[in-house]
Amino acid sequence: MTEPEAKRPSKIPGANAKGFAVSDVLIRPVKPADIGGVIAIDTEATGIESAEYWHELLGHYGSKRQQRFFLVAEVGGVINGFIIGEVRNWEFGARSCGWIFGMGVSSNNRLHGIGSELLRALFECFKRAGVEKVRTIAGRNNSLMLSFFRSQGMMAAPVIPLECDLP
Amino acid sequence: MKLQTQTMLALYSIVEAAAHPDKQIAAAEIAEKYGVSAHHLSKVLRMLGRAGFLDSSRGVGGGYRFAANSRRLTLMDVIDCFEDIGMHAPRAGETQTDVGRAIGVVLSEVDAIAEATFRSITVDTLLRIVEKDRLHAVTKRPSS
Repeated sequence: MTEPEAKRPSKIPGANAKGFAVSDVLIRPVKPADIGGVIAIDTEATGIESAEYWHELLGHYGSKRQQRFFLVAEVGGVINGFIIGEVRNWEFGARSCGWIFGMGVSSNNRLHGIGSELLRALFECFKRAGVEKVRTIAGRNNSLMLSFFRSQGMMAAPVIPLECDLP
Repeated sequence: MKLQTQTMLALYSIVEAAAHPDKQIAAAEIAEKYGVSAHHLSKVLRMLGRAGFLDSSRGVGGGYRFAANSRRLTLMDVIDCFEDIGMHAPRAGETQTDVGRAIGVVLSEVDAIAEATFRSITVDTLLRIVEKDRLHAVTKRPSS
């Protein structure tokens, strides 16, 4: 997952270095023409360009489905962030929940509320879909991502991810 | 998970100062609120001052003022000044036996999770948890 927040805020409340306010940020469902912007944000964060993967995700999540959401943040016609989530009939007998599995904000526009707006919009989608709980996963060493989700009120879930090397 | 007393005092002090960033807070004020000796707390506050998290001023009306960025300062940054919770220190017998080493692996996992948790919570986030808890307590209080 791409880190949404990393730079210090502008000294002007509500405006960023490029002079836009949070109210200028348009959160909307992704369109095929946006995928280049999404790939650029992801490539900037991960250092790996995986265009095929993103086109595949667009196919799965870009169309209007009630339980899958792929949103982008647009400012002045430019894609500055994205978030992807879906409602999962959670494994191991737990109730359905919203699951966030992809998020990113362009590095020169972080700490200006774009990540918070994307998350808020996704939460609304989840609520309309009828779930009451949201979950995500982030690397233990990914302090920036963990801090962002914590700052949005998320706490440790009563589940522990496990893994092993295949024998 | 248990933190040393001085670490807990440091966390209380940082959160109290960050909750009122425009106010000088006297050591005695924090000491009274948390029921600890002002002398013991003073040492902790001096350490937090040396770390650059608090500014201090002497004289009448003096005290400590929050000097860090509450959206960047994590609980781990504060804890790091007082104790090392990230490195699990092997206990007697732990490295010499298979069982000891296996238990050491488990304890290291617990430490790593604890450290990641402290590193992911900023002072600003903790203040939000405090506020949420306060609102929850108010709404649950029975009306007289």
